Amino acid sequence: MMDAALQAKRRRRNAITMALAYVATGFGLTWLVVILAVLLWEGFSGLSLSVFTEMTPPPGSSGGLLNPIAGSLVMTVIAVLIGTPLGILAGTYMAEYGRYDKLTTVVRFINDILLSAPSIVVGLFIYEVMVAQMGHFSGWAGAVSLAVIVVPVVVRTTEDMLTLVPDTLREAGASIGLPRSLMIQKVAYRAARAGLVTGVLLAVARISGETAPLLFTALNNQFWSTNLNAPVASLPVVIFQFALSPYHDWQKLAWTGALIITMAVLALSIIARILTAQRRSS
Amino acid sequence: MSVATTITVPTVTHTPANTEDLVEKISIRDLDFFYGDHRALKNISVPLYQGKVTAFIGPSGCGKSTLLRILNRMYDLYPNQRATGHVRLDNDDILSPSQDLNLLRAKVGMVFQKPTPFPMTIFENIAFGIRLYERLSKAELDDRVKHALERAALWEEVKDKLGANGLSLSGGQQQRLCIARTVAVRPEVILFDEPCSALDPISTAKIEELIDELKDDYTIAIVTHNMQQAARVSDFTAFMYLGDLVEFGETTRIFTSPNDRRTQDYITGRFG
Repeated sequence: MMDAALQAKRRRRNAITMALAYVATGFGLTWLVVILAVLLWEGFSGLSLSVFTEMTPPPGSSGGLLNPIAGSLVMTVIAVLIGTPLGILAGTYMAEYGRYDKLTTVVRFINDILLSAPSIVVGLFIYEVMVAQMGHFSGWAGAVSLAVIVVPVVVRTTEDMLTLVPDTLREAGASIGLPRSLMIQKVAYRAARAGLVTGVLLAVARISGETAPLLFTALNNQFWSTNLNAPVASLPVVIFQFALSPYHDWQKLAWTGALIITMAVLALSIIARILTAQRRSS
Repeated sequence: MSVATTITVPTVTHTPANTEDLVEKISIRDLDFFYGDHRALKNISVPLYQGKVTAFIGPSGCGKSTLLRILNRMYDLYPNQRATGHVRLDNDDILSPSQDLNLLRAKVGMVFQKPTPFPMTIFENIAFGIRLYERLSKAELDDRVKHALERAALWEEVKDKLGANGLSLSGGQQQRLCIARTVAVRPEVILFDEPCSALDPISTAKIEELIDELKDDYTIAIVTHNMQQAARVSDFTAFMYLGDLVEFGETTRIFTSPNDRRTQDYITGRFG
């Protein structure tokens, strides 16, 4: 039998827990809203067409962010082109060919470490193996360091998404005599397609704000440069440099750059979410 | 339960009457199967006759699905599973390590408990398998797809939406699509692993009808939990219990005068 006092006590306890949960959520959300509000306020006020058409200026004169935007785009694209095939193939090994192998457990463990490794370590590593050997900072080194960050993200999502493909589908493929490679290409990849694309988008979102690895590799460039063997400007590094400068117009551009990155990442996350939702509903 | 485990020699009874004109399409002799150290099948010997439907019945965990999955070496997809003994398709040793598994599975098709259409269009679900083995013109391919869908009694329902996703069909239709996909590859044997357990009664009736039509051209094995189904669709029935093949014989005899006490208890619903 439930007595009324016990019930009342439980209701009180529930109310307290709920209140604490609400307060904690509110506290977290408040900071997010404040950050976004400041970013939007400061960023939008500096947003103009010239941001996308002019180079980074010397202090005191007007300019834009064309060269870091272009640099970030180029290095991101190259990083994804290098990192995606590696990540997808490794993830495919882990989920399909080597699912029951010890090696997979080892790879998964190492991959998880790589996934959470501080990106500055990645930057230092590429500095040692590329920048120091070549004798100069370069866009290639920047792209490779970003690729090193892309790989573990794509490996993880690829393995997860392929593991979600039911074994019954694999057996159905095998039952008509499909060789494993074809089963993976035509059945498993197809069933997991939205998830695989989501993984790549998440990796792009992850690297688009990375500053530390680029500081050690691509460095920065105040001018337009299409030479990937030379230092290349990028949005995060320019934001870092400009935001710490004492010049007001540079600080303004840093805010605008931050807004551009945030909006790009937001757009990617929304696309990723839509794709994941489609996967669930199909 | 304990009674059964003490009996080690299965009383396999072969049909006396008209066995002369029966051709053994698949012969299973002294077959053991292991999941790791667990012996899931014990010394199984049973024939699958050409052009006949053989039903495997028995309580859950008795090994009937395991037995079916040996016939196309499906267990090879997983580690720590092995079969010993002799299993022959015509004169081909199915268990041989040098067996070409893809070729074997082209000859021994399978329909699963859960409908498993590929994530592609209805047309592609069928055409995909055909293209694996044959290079056909567009017209020939269209023809083969149509024929396969007709054999699976699905053509009339899908002929106007061949471009729709296979997953958009109802459960019963999906299962018939899977049968069409299996038939399209032109196997010699078709294994049905509880093909109706996820379907409603009307879809079930359609699939049973279909199995009856298919047996003219294929050798069929079906695992089912539904004893009425086994009685309706099969020519021969094998009753399995705890990894043993207890009794095998013509379906009419198994269901009217089984030799083994356990068979009788199971089909009369006393256990299982």
